Amino acid sequence: MSDIILLNTLSKHFKVPVRESGLKASIGSLFKREFRTVKAVDQITFQIDPGEVVGFLGPNGAGKTTTLKMLSGLLYPTSGQASVLGYEPSRRQSKFLQQITLVMGNRQQLVWDLPALDSFDLMRAIYSIPMAEFTRRRDEFIDLLELKDLVNKPVRNLSLGERMKMEIVGALLHRPKVLFLDEPTLGLDVTMQRRIRTFLAEYNRRYGATVLLTSHYMADVEALCKRVIVIHHGKLLFDGELSCLVEQFSAFKTVGVTLQSAAVDLNKYGQVISQDGTRFTLRVPKSDTAQVTARMLADLPVDDLNVEDPPIEDVIEHVFAQGKPEETPA
Amino acid sequence: MKHMLDYYLTTIKIAIQTQFQYRVMQYFYMIGMIAEPIIYLVVWSTIAEAQGGSVGGYTPGAFAAYYLVWTLVRNMNIVFTPYGWENRIRSGWFSMDLLRPIHPLHNDVAYFAGMKVVVIILWIPLGLFLSLFFKPELHPAWYQVIGFFFAIWGAYLIRTMLLSLLGMITFFTTRVGAIFELYFAFELVFSGRLVPMSLMPTWVQQVAGFLPFQWTFFFPIESLVAPMTLTHMLGGLGVQLLWIAIGWLAVMIMWRFSVRQFSAVGG
Repeated sequence: MSDIILLNTLSKHFKVPVRESGLKASIGSLFKREFRTVKAVDQITFQIDPGEVVGFLGPNGAGKTTTLKMLSGLLYPTSGQASVLGYEPSRRQSKFLQQITLVMGNRQQLVWDLPALDSFDLMRAIYSIPMAEFTRRRDEFIDLLELKDLVNKPVRNLSLGERMKMEIVGALLHRPKVLFLDEPTLGLDVTMQRRIRTFLAEYNRRYGATVLLTSHYMADVEALCKRVIVIHHGKLLFDGELSCLVEQFSAFKTVGVTLQSAAVDLNKYGQVISQDGTRFTLRVPKSDTAQVTARMLADLPVDDLNVEDPPIEDVIEHVFAQGKPEETPA
Repeated sequence: MKHMLDYYLTTIKIAIQTQFQYRVMQYFYMIGMIAEPIIYLVVWSTIAEAQGGSVGGYTPGAFAAYYLVWTLVRNMNIVFTPYGWENRIRSGWFSMDLLRPIHPLHNDVAYFAGMKVVVIILWIPLGLFLSLFFKPELHPAWYQVIGFFFAIWGAYLIRTMLLSLLGMITFFTTRVGAIFELYFAFELVFSGRLVPMSLMPTWVQQVAGFLPFQWTFFFPIESLVAPMTLTHMLGGLGVQLLWIAIGWLAVMIMWRFSVRQFSAVGG
């Protein structure tokens, strides 16, 4: 079996108490408690090959983090099977935990009051990394993320972005084969996001690590992932190449056209999304694109015309909003 | 084994560094803590003097020794509390501990052991000051000094097991503070924390014989302050070992069932 990560109809259901607000409901709940079952993850199946970097997308509450927690052994599945590196994650065997890492943008493992170097040393002891190897890896990561001037500062004095970079170093010192990254660039500025993306791409290239990444920043996904898996309401919506996602879920193309005059009504060619002087942007059904552009070139005084796929953010937004491929208007 | 030793030493080092960052706070915390034994000491010394010089064989000097050593034992048997368990489980911080290929209990034991180093250093001047003021009668044999060293660590480990068991209830109930308060009441009566066990009614002493509490307070204190034969000392340390083993087994069983309940909320 070549799959590093394997999920077979994996589900996680939570039983949550239901109660209306108010004193009456509070008293009532003393005698009769009502529960409902939330299907956080519902029969998800997919495989990931060694060395793949896969984007795991979905709106808030889609079940992404729950899935990552099951794959890293934090949560027991309600049903179905999961296998990571041949281990059953929920058994949390030491050898399994030594080969994975889970980075969560809102969680930290560094000692707050001490310089990050001390936390790195703790990681060395936890993962039993030989001292020479530890020093080499640590210095390599510090160089790659340009952290040399920061590693001696107490963690509490670092900015969010600096801390996140330290977190990533700490999470990778034991050189995990599988990385579960949950919003690793959450709240960071564009420069910091780019640096972390570059670092993760380099780590994947050097060590052939398998990465499952969730992020609300599509730039992360576009830069790192060829393949994406989309889930919504705990169910798998899409699993394939990022370009196919656009192909499958976007029934429209974006046509940008610059005319010699602004006094033109373009609504008969498609939906005008924006206008900036003589520059118009139209949304055109994908199947009509060739015909519409030909008509525009024939009918209008066109200075420039280009056809593009819609931005990936828009496609994803449509996927999340509808949960199914867009339908081309009749 | 070498790996675990390295892990323990590194964690202890981290704990010492962290605690020294907050040394002033630690000191004030310690000063606040001695209020409890000083009240007990003053009350019992007054009673002893009113009764002609002693209560149940305890003179004011013996009480001073008991409660002075109490302050060190109390500091030594501070462990990761159920409130800490409650907080780390409810907040989701426990996820990070669970991701490590080492049982989280090792972290608790190692980190709090490191804190003890700082505690002892800070306690020494405070202990000396209290000694000058209350004039304890303390004449331990050589083996009692050595035995005391092991007894306070034994107390630390027994209490770690007990409070970890309590803390793990949080996996099921989310809030465990009320149960901890109940535990605290039992401990106060059956441990020798309130008063030396030998001054308690006979039935309390008999019940306490079946419980672990007195091995976390009374025995470590008595091992230094009361006349004790070597055999008695070794027997006491043996019982401590037994309670550590029982506690460890109970923790492992509880862990097996409770960790499945972890819902990794809040992250």
